[in-house]
Amino acid sequence: MRLTQGTFSFLPDLTDRQIRDQIQYCLDQGWALSVEYTDDPHPRNTYWEMYGNPMFDLRDATGVMAEVASCRTTFPGQYIKVNAFDATRGVESLKLSFIVNRPDREPGFGLSRQEAEGRHIRYAVHSYATDRPAGERYG
Amino acid sequence: MTVQTDRTATHDTPPESNARYRSGVMEYARMGYWDPDYEPKDTDILALFRITPQEGVDPIEAAAAVAGESSTATWTVVWTDRLTAADVYRAKAYRVEPVPNSPDQHFAWIAYDLDLFEPGSIANLTASIIGNVFGFKAISALRLEDMRIPVAYVKTFPGPPTGITVERERLDKYGRPLLGATVKPKLGLSGRNYGRVVYEALKGGLDFTKDDENINSQPFMHWRDRFLYGMEAVNRASAATGEVKGHYLNVTGATMEDMYERAEFARDLGSIVVMIDLVIGYTAIQSMSAWARRNDMILHLHRAGASTYTRQRSHGVSFRVIAKWMRLAGVDHLHAGTVVGKLEGDPNTVQGFYNVLREPHNPIDLARGIFFEQDWASLRRVMPVASGGIHAGQMHQLLTYLGDDVVLQFGGGTIGHPMGIQAGATANRVALEAMVLARNEGRDIWNEGPEILADAARTCTPLRAALDTWGEVTFDYTSTDTPDFIPTATPA
Repeated sequence: MRLTQGTFSFLPDLTDRQIRDQIQYCLDQGWALSVEYTDDPHPRNTYWEMYGNPMFDLRDATGVMAEVASCRTTFPGQYIKVNAFDATRGVESLKLSFIVNRPDREPGFGLSRQEAEGRHIRYAVHSYATDRPAGERYG
Repeated sequence: MTVQTDRTATHDTPPESNARYRSGVMEYARMGYWDPDYEPKDTDILALFRITPQEGVDPIEAAAAVAGESSTATWTVVWTDRLTAADVYRAKAYRVEPVPNSPDQHFAWIAYDLDLFEPGSIANLTASIIGNVFGFKAISALRLEDMRIPVAYVKTFPGPPTGITVERERLDKYGRPLLGATVKPKLGLSGRNYGRVVYEALKGGLDFTKDDENINSQPFMHWRDRFLYGMEAVNRASAATGEVKGHYLNVTGATMEDMYERAEFARDLGSIVVMIDLVIGYTAIQSMSAWARRNDMILHLHRAGASTYTRQRSHGVSFRVIAKWMRLAGVDHLHAGTVVGKLEGDPNTVQGFYNVLREPHNPIDLARGIFFEQDWASLRRVMPVASGGIHAGQMHQLLTYLGDDVVLQFGGGTIGHPMGIQAGATANRVALEAMVLARNEGRDIWNEGPEILADAARTCTPLRAALDTWGEVTFDYTSTDTPDFIPTATPA
């Protein structure tokens, strides 16, 4: 499967040039960039690991790209995303978030069903990767 | 009741109080409902009406009559006014102007004291403002164009249970419009077949699917079947993509008890969103908003019925006012037009609706039909929904007109795709992501849109097929609801 979280997951994987253009767009809007990674891409895993704090004072796309490259080197087989944070009152949240690295093989998710009372079914989405301990999940 | 036409000269002369309260009929303007010197207070509720007086009726008297009938007046003088602080409670028409290019129509600005209204009640607000007055004989037509809700009154409403920002955080989807589709045919599918459409559309790339406004619990599909099969489809699609997905389960029913039962069932099945129709009424909407807030639910409102009173410019209520009321009442999604699709919508007017729903503050913007400055006082923002006759080939226009914070709903444009529903959904998602990417790269998507789509279609056969099928389809009709003020071009 292909995990389609993030703003551009239905397009072919972005080139570094394309990633840099998106980062530049975010910087032009005054947003702060950050890099996060995970080996548990469950749709409700809100808290991916932070690769450092958001770069509130870094206004240079080259610097952000260096962080992306460094994260890729450290965690080559994990999902990595770039987030753009907008501190404007009434937003105070992300304005863009897109995946810039993914494992070679994406095992995806199973859906478990528990038959309950009547025709009720309780669903749970299960990430196959998390059957193995952290650090051993993507080959 | 008679209204004289030649009393303009007397409007500004308040009668002595003993004469003012003599039994009998008196012009509304002389009863205190017209005050050209009135300075609206920051706490006043302001309304702008478009009045078409009956032939021979003076516009100022007509405006005063509207102020009177929407506040304290009746057709004749009553002495019991003197038991009250009557002058405070009288609404005051304070400005009347001819409508540009419409000789028989006038705009009337009316101010209402805050104490005329129950805190936090759309039903009470509307019972005054659009209560008796629209049937008033002295006017041949009346339209409520806009309202200013003072912060003091805004703060009595809890507002949207979720709002744009928190909805995006729950979905973990940022930086692009959300995508949806209404299941078609809207009537007749069994629960099992209905869920098939939901699964295919969500797995193919949409974020949401939607019940239509009139799908409730009919002989061909009882509501519980729809909910059970729909949630199977939502969960399967979520597992297949790794994304949070939702289906707007329409909980509209005959009674509040029915609606609560349906909403609770949706919650118990794990749905993130429920849906109601505007026709359930303002009080029911506020009740469902409170329920949604208690149950962490996104509340989708379909504006079923709105066009019966919003579309014609001479009579009814502008949709911008309905949008303001619904933001106060507290819904998370509201259908607000597409500009380019099959349903009514002048671009400026529709952008005015969008601004009302999703800005923290609206400046006066006559070109978009916004007559009053409106401070929303941190009331959460409503996600507008664009639905009806839109397709992937219009993506550059939709993104330009409507921006990022909107749900674009491609019903026919997904389900009618020649390669199937999943392919239709994929075509829409790829078109959208390609257009957002290009816009952020600084490209001129308005002019280069077709080229950007054609490039994206090189690696996406479903998008190629969608463009070949619908690329040229447009709905180019003249809008009926357009602003009266066109900005004059400023010489360079």
